[in-house]
Amino acid sequence: MASIEAVSDEPEAWFKLDQDKRKLAVGGAWTIHESARLDRELNELEACKDIEIDASKISRLDSAGAWLLLRTSRALGKAELNVPKQYVPLLESLDQDHKPERHKSRIPPGFKGRLYKIGRATMTAKDQGVSMLGYLGRVTVETGEALAKPKHNLRIPAIFHQVEETGINALPIVGLLSFLIGVVIAYQGITQLKQFGAELLTIDGLGIITLREMGVLMTSIIIAGRSGSAFTAQIGTMRVNEEIDAMQTMGLNTVDTLVLPRIIGLVIALPLLTLYADIMGLLGGALMCYFDLGVTFPAFLRELQASLHIQTLMVGLIKAPVFAFVIALVGCYEGFQVERNAASVGLLTTRSVVESVFLVIVLDAAFSVMFSVLGI
Amino acid sequence: MAEDKTSDKDIAIKIRGVVNAFGDKVIHDHIDLDVKRGEILGVVGGSGTGKSVLLRSIIGLNKPREGTIEVLGQKTGDVEGAAMRKLEMRWGVLFQEGALFSSQTVAENIQVPLREYTAMSQELMDEIAAIKLTMVGLPPDTGAKFPSELSGGMKKRAGLARALSLDPELLFLDEPTAGLDPISANQFDELIKRLQKALGLTVFLVTHDIDTLRAVTDRIAVLVNKKIVIGTIAELRKCDDPWIQDYFSGVRGRAALGDMAEAN
Repeated sequence: MASIEAVSDEPEAWFKLDQDKRKLAVGGAWTIHESARLDRELNELEACKDIEIDASKISRLDSAGAWLLLRTSRALGKAELNVPKQYVPLLESLDQDHKPERHKSRIPPGFKGRLYKIGRATMTAKDQGVSMLGYLGRVTVETGEALAKPKHNLRIPAIFHQVEETGINALPIVGLLSFLIGVVIAYQGITQLKQFGAELLTIDGLGIITLREMGVLMTSIIIAGRSGSAFTAQIGTMRVNEEIDAMQTMGLNTVDTLVLPRIIGLVIALPLLTLYADIMGLLGGALMCYFDLGVTFPAFLRELQASLHIQTLMVGLIKAPVFAFVIALVGCYEGFQVERNAASVGLLTTRSVVESVFLVIVLDAAFSVMFSVLGI
Repeated sequence: MAEDKTSDKDIAIKIRGVVNAFGDKVIHDHIDLDVKRGEILGVVGGSGTGKSVLLRSIIGLNKPREGTIEVLGQKTGDVEGAAMRKLEMRWGVLFQEGALFSSQTVAENIQVPLREYTAMSQELMDEIAAIKLTMVGLPPDTGAKFPSELSGGMKKRAGLARALSLDPELLFLDEPTAGLDPISANQFDELIKRLQKALGLTVFLVTHDIDTLRAVTDRIAVLVNKKIVIGTIAELRKCDDPWIQDYFSGVRGRAALGDMAEAN
């Protein structure tokens, strides 16, 4: 907090109560820069009553000072307040207003306030869950209708634009990160398994963990951060600009035009990205195995082939479209929740990423349980 | 038309030889302007003549290519840091859409400068926010509302309340009545006049609204052909520049100024 001294070199504000506590003399520059001090000091006068206030020696008065004067005279003074003539209109403009109402916070203080916040957060979470479920229903119905009449309702160019945006443009970042994760997993596998003389099993472990879990999970989380947030921000900004309202008044279906291309585009792109991430992850592992174990690339591939089935790959890939659907759905849904203010877009973009990453991991766990029950 | 007899002390804003240009496009070509203390100066001009650029140059958001601007005796180009902040405390700006901080309530918006520059207690800040709200004619419960809950006219009033929160000497208004219905616009004009009287403000008013010009301004600066022509309405109507003639004597101008013409 930067407290800045009075702008000009006017005499500072003062007030003085005479000895028999009948008269309060006031003078100097009663301005906003002095108001914090005056406020404190005036509050100590509280006990007195029926005091005549003489403000004729005031050299400068602004509305903050005028308010302090008025407040004091209301609390302890008689009716009249004599101020220099040029400040009469200012005082009158404040005096005609009734006593200002204090702005109260909507949340009560203390323990009650905390309870209130918990309660409100719970109700918000419930409402949001219900509302998102409703949105899922609407999107499902509209997708069905669009697929029934693909010529009219499916926007093929928009879908491929989304495939490019969310898939092809994400290749560098997804590739690099998956490659590095492959290096890390192989390195850890080699150091740990070496203690049992089983370092060659690293390749089996790397293959299984990459294809079943890491490839799809890493890709989904990167895409949730990259494309899920973009969906929310794009649709949210359109809402702020009233573009969504404009589309609706033109009879354009926002689910057909904005949501379906994003969902279908991502459902196409994410499995392809996952396959690519799997390959990059394995390449990273292969590099590590070559330098740390001296396993050449052909030998690495032979070892992989012996330990993996096509099923291993499929178990990973089958999760990708589900995750893609969830990420795109959450991203679009949160975009439509944006309100017409600047803070809202940022808030909901954050929420969209957190929710989609959360849902992806929860669903991944659910898949694991399901596969274990099925014995895959 | 402008009389140069006033001493420097009576001049709130002094502009000398200011050139503003974007790329090759010159907006202001060596313009001079004096705004006297305690007057309401209206600034008009067609779209793209640089009304807002002039305003932004004065308040330091835009650095002119040439020339000097003195506000309250301080050259705005030279001062920086604490001195600039001191100067900024002495003026208030109302932006076109109010520019209220959307994540804060109206009362918190008004309290932003108070919190930053003074050591007031929360109680006094609440009281000041409430009197500023009543000053600009908003009901006291507006303080607890968020800007998104307000209408356009209320946003402008709330923006004005924030501009006034530090009791500035100088008030800059950027198209205060644009987008308001005629009744709200009239009320806003009245409000500006009332506040100017009560607080002794100097007002720099950028506007398109010829009714506002007639109702509140003491003098008018017209931006035309990259220069400034300044005078009262009566003086400007005698000026033979085609744009000024069109502006004040076109259908809208005549309608707004009709009673004046008859009075002359």
